[in-house]
Amino acid sequence: MTKSELIAKLAALNPHLYQRDVERIVATIFDEITNALARGDRVELRGFGAFSVKRRDSRTGRNPRTGEAVSVTEKRVPYFKTGKDLRDRINREFAAELAARAEPKPEAGKDMG
Amino acid sequence: MDQRTITRADLSEAVFQEVGLSRNESAELVEVILAEIAGALSRGETVKISSFGSFTVRDKGQRIGRNPKTGQEVPILPRRVLVFRASNVLKAKINNTTPTTADVEGE
Repeated sequence: MTKSELIAKLAALNPHLYQRDVERIVATIFDEITNALARGDRVELRGFGAFSVKRRDSRTGRNPRTGEAVSVTEKRVPYFKTGKDLRDRINREFAAELAARAEPKPEAGKDMG
Repeated sequence: MDQRTITRADLSEAVFQEVGLSRNESAELVEVILAEIAGALSRGETVKISSFGSFTVRDKGQRIGRNPKTGQEVPILPRRVLVFRASNVLKAKINNTTPTTADVEGE
């Protein structure tokens, strides 16, 4: 699913909204999360997950091609931790998918035990 | 400055301020957006939000784990994990740097 597919889905679910409003709603949400992380804030969406920023200290890295030592400055990286509800749901559906793959669907008319 | 925690309430307030829907409807839309993303991920789909990042699911095979306290071996069942990869635009904003043209086009 891409951002435009998400927008199309939301527009279909909310026929009373203009497409451009749906676009602004989606943009606002991701801008809000981005700005919070840029300030160093945390974004916690219960059941979904939490975004935070982690600091990476400066270090001496190496150019993998030449082997040359280069200094890498301290930087901040975004991090996402999946929420419990979403993690459980993803795995529940994954388990169902695995079970369906393992035993092919019983054919109609056959004895199902 | 102290670190703040942003929640659903802040997101729906932003939608309310920005788009001018009622507070109730703004909150509902935030919920629906999260639900749509969660639904796609549960079906095993990748969710790609340009200039923000992508959420992908990755399948992990079964392996033998160990209870670190008792040393007892326990089987870890196959599972599916969610991985978020931030876009270069998001990484640049977090570091207050300008993304290069290549970063933006690579989205």
